[in-house]
Amino acid sequence: MVENKKYVNKYNFAFIDEATKKEIRRKLLKAIAIPGYQVPYSSPEMPIARGWGTGGLHVTLAIIGADDIFKIIDQGSDASVNACNLRNFVRDMTGVKTTFDTAEATIIQTRHRITEEELQANQIFVYQVPQPEPLRGVERYENKTRQMHGEADYAKMWVSLYEQFITHGDIMLGAGYPVKVNDRYIMAPSPIPRWDVPNLNHSKAIHLFGAGREKRLYAVPPHTKVEALEFEDVKFHIENFNGTKCVKTGYHKAFLDELYFDDGSKHFLINDSNFLDKLSENLQPVQHSNPYLNQIKDEKN
Amino acid sequence: MGYVAVKGGSDAIHNSLELVEFYRLKDAVQPLEIEQIKGQLRLAVDKVMGEGGLYSQEYAAIALKQAEGEVFEAAFIIRAFRTTLQRRFYSETINTRDMFVKRKISASFREIPGGQILGPTRDYSQRILDSSKAFETIEDVKKFVEYFKLSVDENQLQEIIQYGKVIDLLANEGLLKPINPKEDRKLVDITREAIKFPAPRSARLQMLARAETGGLMAMGYSSMRGFGSVHPTVGELRYGQVPVKLKDPSGRIRYIGKIEVTEAEMIASTSVSKKTEIPSYTVGYGLCFGQNDTKVICMGILDTTMRNPDASMPANDQEFVLYHTEGIESMGFTNHLKLPHYVTFQSGLKNIREAIERKTATQTQTSPSKAE
Amino acid sequence: MKRTDENWLLKVSNLTKIYGEPDENTIANTGPEVNSNICPNTGSIVACANINFELYPGEVLGIVGESGSGKSTVVKLLYFDMEKSYGEALFSAHQAGEINILDESNQMKRKIRNHLMGMVYQNPRDGLNFRFSSGGNIAEKLIMGGNFNVASIRNRATDLLEKTEVPVLRLDDRPSSFSGGMQQRVQISKAIANNPPLLFLDEVTTGLDVSVQARVLDLIRELQQDLGIAMIVVSHDLSVIRMLTDRTLVMKNGRIVERGLTDQILQDPQHAYAQLLVSSLL
Repeated sequence: MVENKKYVNKYNFAFIDEATKKEIRRKLLKAIAIPGYQVPYSSPEMPIARGWGTGGLHVTLAIIGADDIFKIIDQGSDASVNACNLRNFVRDMTGVKTTFDTAEATIIQTRHRITEEELQANQIFVYQVPQPEPLRGVERYENKTRQMHGEADYAKMWVSLYEQFITHGDIMLGAGYPVKVNDRYIMAPSPIPRWDVPNLNHSKAIHLFGAGREKRLYAVPPHTKVEALEFEDVKFHIENFNGTKCVKTGYHKAFLDELYFDDGSKHFLINDSNFLDKLSENLQPVQHSNPYLNQIKDEKN
Repeated sequence: MGYVAVKGGSDAIHNSLELVEFYRLKDAVQPLEIEQIKGQLRLAVDKVMGEGGLYSQEYAAIALKQAEGEVFEAAFIIRAFRTTLQRRFYSETINTRDMFVKRKISASFREIPGGQILGPTRDYSQRILDSSKAFETIEDVKKFVEYFKLSVDENQLQEIIQYGKVIDLLANEGLLKPINPKEDRKLVDITREAIKFPAPRSARLQMLARAETGGLMAMGYSSMRGFGSVHPTVGELRYGQVPVKLKDPSGRIRYIGKIEVTEAEMIASTSVSKKTEIPSYTVGYGLCFGQNDTKVICMGILDTTMRNPDASMPANDQEFVLYHTEGIESMGFTNHLKLPHYVTFQSGLKNIREAIERKTATQTQTSPSKAE
Repeated sequence: MKRTDENWLLKVSNLTKIYGEPDENTIANTGPEVNSNICPNTGSIVACANINFELYPGEVLGIVGESGSGKSTVVKLLYFDMEKSYGEALFSAHQAGEINILDESNQMKRKIRNHLMGMVYQNPRDGLNFRFSSGGNIAEKLIMGGNFNVASIRNRATDLLEKTEVPVLRLDDRPSSFSGGMQQRVQISKAIANNPPLLFLDEVTTGLDVSVQARVLDLIRELQQDLGIAMIVVSHDLSVIRMLTDRTLVMKNGRIVERGLTDQILQDPQHAYAQLLVSSLL
């Protein structure tokens, strides 16, 4: 049995070997240079299962340094089991400081939500992506979707939106609404709710996407145009929470979770756990601002 | 309220890990020894090595113990372990003609050079549950091993030779399809780069070599049953040890050890489209770590089917076969459905509720026209 | 319109498609004189060779021949469904006819197809996506042509279905539930959706009932007169050619064996094969 007696640490800093980290960083640079374009990468196996965040981990571990402060959320919550597991892994492999505070973090890894609190220029936002290919629903072959992106042939995608409209009266896509990045590539922003999609547009932060199982990386650099796909007369809209508010803080301009108490009653609670905590303590977190959010009237509750 | 809303994620994990360890140990009379797993669960160890992509019986045995016998989980542990190891060399190409053969059979010919050697196999055993295995003692074990060793007559032992291959017989007669100079001979390393489709043959064979046996079996079976085009014959199936050599920094070839592999060469006839084309046989190839007949036979079938793309047959569809037989990825993604998806679900809920509202609204109106 | 050397819509020169590995004698050793497409030395197949013709705006050109004549190949090459072996096609609607469209990039070819050409296939499954509604199929063409307004798309699709005599109520139904004739009409709607100057029709009525054929042919003739689209009509059936076309090319074994005004060819065919065709016309 080979026992590592030579080195103090059993594993390399951030677990992945240096050559692979370098490769991931090079591919990320390429992704940033071509916003929205999916760059294939080696995607080595991790001690975490495929489909559970290996892509996000690859990105985080490739870019993280000893001075970084790391936050990780799953469906908006820092305390979610999978977030805890991944946080422990990153901390054990790097020794970095971890935090629940959105404003304090330098690297934030997320599964399927953007924080309500606005991201700043010094922050990197890392997404875990299950399916990087926005066209997979209309074309099952990787061979063909690659060609479609190369030739900007997105007709099938648009027709599927049209078909949804005529069948259901609206575009039925919920989370993971496809976007057009920098007027060129159609991109899958990972299954974030529509509520979050406008916050990608001209963001101050860097957004990096890792799809481990499918082995693709992509990126949206700061201050990049990101538009949700919509027709001139059938527009994109965010989820409608009218008439509901957070049962704890009374706030209504955030994405709310639907909860069922033991007595069967239905209530709503702010999904973003850190944002909820800050509001509960009467701190003033700076929320993202976008045209859709700004349209929601301020109610005095 | 579920385990997410409560701030106890870390505690929940800690407790579940302790609990699963308790389950592993609570009934243990004796901890399993790695040597026992290596020795007496040899074929499980072989499978873990093959699907984990790392040749080490010891580590595979540890992984099996750690995973309480779940082969998917153990292979996953081995794959992840690979990632921390530095890649120092690529070995020289293994030549299975150098194999120290333990088992060698052919279904294509009755007699083959060197004869049909059944070797260690349960192919012709009767699968009758043997309850006496519950009462095996260490004395029984020693007695059997002694008996077996004594039954080998030293004087009858012949010199160890290397055997020619059955496909050589076909090649000599000109029956094998000549290697097409245009056929893809690009060599890639699937552990270092993402594969794009259509994938070169080297990538396909590498992926098949690490693929999950059950998945391969399902796809290979489908091909034989009419969902594919290939029903081949076993040209040759071999199991044995092959030497592994590599080039050291000074350029000298060094022997570093031996590994056990199973190899299959599946023979299928080609369909001829042009009158001028001469019919021949193609070889579908399969190779994996350890002893695993099923895997290499199915690898050989699928190697052949994937060279004849046909949209109507799943086994002939490269993307379908290779993506879906990759065990670590399949297991991960199917199980990821257990992760909380309530935000995604909430988003969809809103859409459906609004659509229902719209539909019932138009139904109560007199005008039947659809929303414009 | 007065035809000159300059005002052609489409000018095709030396269009050739060979499968396999030809040698320098392949073209000479194949063709109508030897009654074969297959090169005796190399086994390569000459689907079509040395195809030259011009098409003028608003005119209907027929290509007639039996299977293996190469007539479908010519159209598939011009519509970019297939790669040429060599040859040139100049299209006045694209870059004033100065660039060989067969050499353009895939992206440019897609653009030309979407904006400037239409194609109706013999098999509706080749031209329509059966997973989309009939309106969705037409929408695909309109969207690729740059229309992103749903109301406008639906209006246009409705117009087109009316024009092609498909019941407008079927706008949101999938073509799989339509009869063969109606599927062809939807294909035609889609093909003309962007008002292209050039339309290809490849055996569009073959396989339809005779009465249905007649209706579809009538429709095509009406559309052509209304919209003034130039068309290339491929058929093995001379009666279809007679009904629709102004001029005709007769093809055999991958070559053009006779060309001229459709009426003239029908009355006074010169080449032996053309005579054979005309004489067997019912």
